[in-house]
Amino acid sequence: MAEFRLLTKDIGSPELQTRAGYERAGGYQGLREAFKRFTPEQLVTEVKTSGLRGRGGAGFPTGTKWSFLPKDIFPRYLCCNADESEPGCFKDRYLIDENPHQLIEGVLIASYALQVNVAFIYIRGEYHEQRLLLERCVDEAIQAGYIGKNILGSGFDCDVIIHGGAGAYICGEETALIDSLEGLRGQPRLKPPFPAVKGLYGQPTVVNNVETLCNLPHIVLQGGEWFKSIGTEKSTGTRVFCCSGHINRPGNYEMKLGTPIRELLDEECGGMWKGRSLKAFQPGGGSMQVLLPEHLDLPLDMEAVAQCGSSLGAGAMVFMDESTCLVDYSMRLVDFYEHESCGKCVPCREGTYFESLLMHRLEAGEATPAELATLTDICSNMDGRCFCPLGDTATWFVLSAYRAFHEEFEAHCGAGECPVRARYAEKVA
Amino acid sequence: MTLSEETRATIERARERYPQPRSAILPALWAAQHEVGLLTPDAMREVATLLNLAPSEVEAVSTFYSMYFQRPHGRHEVVVCVNISCALRGADDIVAHMERSLGCASGETTADGEFTWSSTIECLGACGGAPAMQVDHHFQENLTAKRVDEILERTRGTPGLVSGQ
Repeated sequence: MAEFRLLTKDIGSPELQTRAGYERAGGYQGLREAFKRFTPEQLVTEVKTSGLRGRGGAGFPTGTKWSFLPKDIFPRYLCCNADESEPGCFKDRYLIDENPHQLIEGVLIASYALQVNVAFIYIRGEYHEQRLLLERCVDEAIQAGYIGKNILGSGFDCDVIIHGGAGAYICGEETALIDSLEGLRGQPRLKPPFPAVKGLYGQPTVVNNVETLCNLPHIVLQGGEWFKSIGTEKSTGTRVFCCSGHINRPGNYEMKLGTPIRELLDEECGGMWKGRSLKAFQPGGGSMQVLLPEHLDLPLDMEAVAQCGSSLGAGAMVFMDESTCLVDYSMRLVDFYEHESCGKCVPCREGTYFESLLMHRLEAGEATPAELATLTDICSNMDGRCFCPLGDTATWFVLSAYRAFHEEFEAHCGAGECPVRARYAEKVA
Repeated sequence: MTLSEETRATIERARERYPQPRSAILPALWAAQHEVGLLTPDAMREVATLLNLAPSEVEAVSTFYSMYFQRPHGRHEVVVCVNISCALRGADDIVAHMERSLGCASGETTADGEFTWSSTIECLGACGGAPAMQVDHHFQENLTAKRVDEILERTRGTPGLVSGQ
């Protein structure tokens, strides 16, 4: 098997959903060791040594992010971003469902390193049952003395609050998440000041993804140097890849970074379904640019994928077979961004509206070549001109697909129907 | 008063736990919606009073988030994902089947008040089990027309998420 299981090691055992079961699997040892062997400053250094980078999409080095907190300003806050809503992404739900205490332990270790006394887990509204599960696990952890005053006799106090969202992709953007947590409409804030300086309630704040925090117990127990030995030089450790689309075995697979994408597709996902061939894939979730079969030999490495004009993003891999219409696929993504645009800035609010209008006409075979030509214009008025990355990324996939599948887009103009669907229906008939 | 003692107590506990009481708006609105079935002006006013805010502030927040609603819904809520991963594995067929099975369009409620259903472009985060939907916030994955009918049949007549109904 190509998988390398670190975060997902004992997954599959329902025992893990209880504190006692998690402890039997070695759980909360990382927190004990953190108190015993590290001062908060040493812990930040250890995480820096590990090379751990954020798993939410941007891939920023976690230890460096932590070190931006100004010294001597308290209180500070930690927000775990469990607002997972990136199209194609379902790893955070899996990590919470299967091993909720691992996340809570990670939150506590980070809180200790950052000297945070109140930490939040912001979980999207759709994950209602996962929120209830986390609330139950927090209660268990309080009873066992892992959360509360003087945790395990360390003198360190910390509360963990599970905060449910209510349906807004934008709240995965860290400053919108903070606004939402403060009880406001979840709209992004101007940066700077960055959350590390002025975040939740105007205090220094760190926002970290679920998977990022789940790595911490392992880094504490086995050391930053050990962690760094897994993966590539700049992309250390493992990542949980969410694989979906036209494959035989969709699911989450934890892989060492640096493994070829082909290995993930062939060995874990069981290859393309129905004996069909791969037409294209999206390597990092709905926001990232399209890649082609020729890119399958790329390693799962942030730098290598970035060099080909895309990104590993949030770790979601969507594979498309030969029957897929890239115009239809792009239209769905554009619809998603149009629906999720928060309305704060004009280029995003209006741009996604016009993008969506155009893509619907194109997919229906109603757009003219002159209309299609406006796509590039609309997108260039959005990318780099929006208040936050939502509007920028609303242009990335569709433009990359237009470049790579130019003829397919043009064939839709004036066709009166979707030519890809029509051709494929003929072929299989 | 619209809200029960129990819901008011839940909101007060949230208010005390957060460093600032305003942060309790989202949990308070969830508690109100799970009791009343929707966010009525009265329910939002009560939330505002409990959190020492103006009713307009609470309403402004409630209308931003797609999972809060201001008009009545059926006993059960069904949401079908139509984003990329689900679309690649037949979400459009599931949507067409829902329309036929329930006899109403996305966003509407069945005549008997049992189901409000909608298709959503917000990825539900169940791409590995696509096509997928949620019934009263519970994931149902690897859907086929037959499985959808079985799930709807099993759900019909059972209590929904709303305690006050």
